[in-house]
Amino acid sequence: MAVSQPRGDAPRRSRSAAAGDRVFLFVVNAAVGLFVILVALLFLELVKGSWPSLHAFGPKFLWTSEWNPVTNQFGALPLIYGTLVSSLVAIVLAGVVGILAATYLAEFAPRWVARPLGFVIELLAAVPSVVFGLWGLFVLAPVVRTVIGPALQKYLGFLPIFQGPISGVGMLTAGLVLSFMILPTVTAISREVIVAIGGDLREASMSLGATKWETVARVVLPASRAGIFGALVLALGRALGETIATTMVIGNRPQIAASLFAPSYTLASVIANEFTEANGDVYISALIELGLLLFVVSFIVNAIARLLLWIVLRTRS
Amino acid sequence: MKRSLSSRHAASWIGATVTALCAIIGAAILILILGYVAFAGARALNPAFLTQLPVPVGETGGGVGNGIVGTLITVGIATLLALPMGLLGALFLALFGRGWFPEVVRFLSDVLSGIPSIAIGLFAYTLLVAPFRHFSALSASFAFAILMLPIILRTSEEAIRSVPRSIREGALALGLSEFATTMRIVVPAARPAIITGLLLAIARVTGETAPLLFTAFGSQFWELNPAQPMAQLPLQVFTYAISPYASWHAQAWAGALLLITAVLVLNILARLVLTPRTQR
Repeated sequence: MAVSQPRGDAPRRSRSAAAGDRVFLFVVNAAVGLFVILVALLFLELVKGSWPSLHAFGPKFLWTSEWNPVTNQFGALPLIYGTLVSSLVAIVLAGVVGILAATYLAEFAPRWVARPLGFVIELLAAVPSVVFGLWGLFVLAPVVRTVIGPALQKYLGFLPIFQGPISGVGMLTAGLVLSFMILPTVTAISREVIVAIGGDLREASMSLGATKWETVARVVLPASRAGIFGALVLALGRALGETIATTMVIGNRPQIAASLFAPSYTLASVIANEFTEANGDVYISALIELGLLLFVVSFIVNAIARLLLWIVLRTRS
Repeated sequence: MKRSLSSRHAASWIGATVTALCAIIGAAILILILGYVAFAGARALNPAFLTQLPVPVGETGGGVGNGIVGTLITVGIATLLALPMGLLGALFLALFGRGWFPEVVRFLSDVLSGIPSIAIGLFAYTLLVAPFRHFSALSASFAFAILMLPIILRTSEEAIRSVPRSIREGALALGLSEFATTMRIVVPAARPAIITGLLLAIARVTGETAPLLFTAFGSQFWELNPAQPMAQLPLQVFTYAISPYASWHAQAWAGALLLITAVLVLNILARLVLTPRTQR
């Protein structure tokens, strides 16, 4: 049977539809192209903005300690130290609690508990940074000064990190607030990993007569450790770049002190506090260079975390 | 195994209890913060606070009406910027992309979602503020749009991907153009999940403060022109919180209550939009 030729305006319509599709596909491709260009531009603009500072200080920007707008000397070491230590405190605290919470949600909790409880913990991630900061400043900081700090000093005071005068705002308070902020990230992603990895391993272990806890502690968690590590790295990225809450509770003093009770300062907090009042090209570009540093570090950290999680979750599914 | 069965079961019970406690700690932190913000915020919350301009230190009363409007405008424009691009990008990732390029875009998007908002604020500053020597709400919307893009992109991609291929192929086989198939068949089928992603993206930037410091900057007036510096509720909460005045602290709590309510409502709405599809 011969195929009937389309008649009337049909050919024209299909041709215009094809042209329409070409335009449509072009727009779709253009949007994606624009997205990639935007990310590249983000990096280039930060490099351009920090050029005077990059030119003036070179790499020693990273390991000199003087941050002095009056003499136009800028070194980021105390800020890098404050950023790293506050994030480290956060990752230790949130890591322990978050991984155990994820274990409960994935392995022990019945469905009717796991769903709402998991949702509530995830909601913690939705609380705005400025609200965490407000709460940390007026509720947590006094508790650190009067209860947590003295208790740590009493029982662990032989450690240098728990010595010296206790100011409410400082490294410890910042680390605590940050740990609350990244707890949902650690919990949600570790839970996802444990659920994905568990599967047949869990059944095999239980059928060999292991108890639930033995299965979890000796089979499921060890098998999940790469993915859980990915969750921790991702959370670390969050903590490193967190700005407003840290600014409100860390005390904002560029110093390197052994004590966690002492005030400190982070890369992001310096930008938040000083940018709008900065004058002079070198000062402004030094602040933008801090932003560039944050961008590069969090790009690398997130890239590592995503690759790790991608490999772990991809090979299982 | 040497240990008795009962001690092994005891260990199992202890393990379950300790991990359950950790999960409860996580939930308790949220409830503690919510409870305190509601308690302290409700005291300063009144109609004047929602509708009036801020007053200078020392005068009583005043509100954050201009900040509420400013935040709505800024987030609204950011949504208008991010939604079309995010949706088109998601169509590319889910339907049209071939080879390694979509993987690169996905990777970039995931990494972008972890870039600190303050770095993105600096980008908006160097691109849209410094050249004009002028702060503006538009530059803040631009920064917000970049923060929203990865969320919209990836959630919409998942949404579109979950539409069965057969529906799309059926529509194409019936002679619908690619454009008509996508816009009239695929996107409507994915709509609830796309809306969920959009609501989460809006929640992500409502309450975001750091990029506003050097983009929208803030204002004491009723500023409705997005080309001008504009008051923002999160900025007002921040400024009031770190001020030394008790009356401003009270207003900071009230503002925080507004922010946290808005963000939680958006998150719960996002969950509800999806529920009918997954549970029925």
